[in-house]
Amino acid sequence: MKRLIILGAGTAGTMMANHLHHKLNKKDWTIYIIDEKEEHHYQPGYLFLPFSIYKPSDIIKSIKDFIPSSVNLIKGKIDRIVAKDNYVQMVEGNKYLYDILIIATGSRIAPEETQGMNGKLWHKSIFDFYTFEGALALRNKLLNWEGGHLVIHITEMPIKCPVAPLEFAFLADAYFKNRKRRDKVNITYVTPLSGAFTKPKSTKALDYLLKEKNIALVTDFAIAEINNDNKTIIDYSGKEIAFDLLVTIPTNKGDDLMERSGLGDELNYVPTHKETLQSKDFANVFVIGDATNIPASKAGSVAHFEAEILTENIMHFINKEALSASFDGHANCFIETGNGKALLIDFNYTHEPVDGLFPFPGIGPLPLLKESKMNHWGKLAFRWIYWNVLLKGIAIPFVGTKMKTAGKNFN
Amino acid sequence: MEKTIAQKTISVNEEGYLTNFSEWNKEIAEALAIENSITLTPRHWQVIDYIQSEFKKEAPLSIRKIGKSGVIDIKEFYALFPAGPLKTATKIAGVPKPASCI
Repeated sequence: MKRLIILGAGTAGTMMANHLHHKLNKKDWTIYIIDEKEEHHYQPGYLFLPFSIYKPSDIIKSIKDFIPSSVNLIKGKIDRIVAKDNYVQMVEGNKYLYDILIIATGSRIAPEETQGMNGKLWHKSIFDFYTFEGALALRNKLLNWEGGHLVIHITEMPIKCPVAPLEFAFLADAYFKNRKRRDKVNITYVTPLSGAFTKPKSTKALDYLLKEKNIALVTDFAIAEINNDNKTIIDYSGKEIAFDLLVTIPTNKGDDLMERSGLGDELNYVPTHKETLQSKDFANVFVIGDATNIPASKAGSVAHFEAEILTENIMHFINKEALSASFDGHANCFIETGNGKALLIDFNYTHEPVDGLFPFPGIGPLPLLKESKMNHWGKLAFRWIYWNVLLKGIAIPFVGTKMKTAGKNFN
Repeated sequence: MEKTIAQKTISVNEEGYLTNFSEWNKEIAEALAIENSITLTPRHWQVIDYIQSEFKKEAPLSIRKIGKSGVIDIKEFYALFPAGPLKTATKIAGVPKPASCI
């Protein structure tokens, strides 16, 4: 009996378990999936939790409800991967040998990477919303916050869901407007990049959003430290920005397990072939989702498209064929802009987001790179799709794994 | 769009970044540096080499990463390429500036 082990039962790992239990011959293969947690969180929901749009029960379900019964779900903490000897060493002492390993351990925030970030103000005046705890603490803060300088800040790229900080800024504007407190709040968006938007077409199409919502912008800000006494963020050039409430996206890193196993780069992401999703160092190790170092967005939609490609390539690998399925970097994301509207973007490694109609060229009904109510309904409907379609490894109707160029305006 | 610099015609985007890395050469880098009021020294070249090697590996660049590269510390990076060091250094190195998905 051969063993395929999946590390991580998040979005990518769960999808792979669902794909592979249909594909692998049960007489020859046993599938294991290992995770130390019991809860599966709908991570896009963390954006809505601070604004009381979602409540905790909307975004938390049990991991085991989404793992097929023929797959062995193991709860436990992994000490390290010993890839040269093909086994996973658990903290409790037992070992799991594998024939094929899929790493789907995701990424996490690392506030400890920035001096002063997780000090005395952490989750008091400095918040993240990339964890359940952070998003919930921020919700409680916002409920009673009397106003002042709200600074929304990105530490460094790459981060999970690169549009989420912008969405947070737009939703914050709407939140305070709806509660008649907007005049008491200054919103500043601080980025290490050269703009809130960095791609030419997006900049042209969307630059109005910040002005319309009266959100100040500070660019090229590379944070060096946070002064907890003066409540300022300070960049390497000496520039300082004062805050009363800081919502930051800390440095994102892959799982520390990669460092312990000697498998990660300097941010603990696993070097991965960007088309085949095979590890660059070990032929029987594959990597999917946020855990890879490929130059695609770290997002659930990317993991979904990758899962279809990786399933094909695992079957090729088992059959000793060339890994012919090729990931094109496809991502497809709704972006909330507040007041019941959203944008939709669709892009890949080589094509930036452009305007057009999706998914049917010339028909839509969803407009790309343009605000619409329809896109907002799409974003809300996505939660149902996530739990009932995406995690089960079912293809989304009319949305192919490969990005389509038809129906888009590239010029 | 096209731009003529150091006796060569190169393709650049609206912000003056090369769109085809294979068109880059050292003379172009010298000329782009002068446009940004910088005279390249051996230290600048070490940074440019590092940025290009990361670009070839398709690894994302950040100021902190440059600080940890062992090539240069962040303070010196700001001294060599004042005012937005990463966007200036990437332009001179002929690679795209660090970007997000939109």
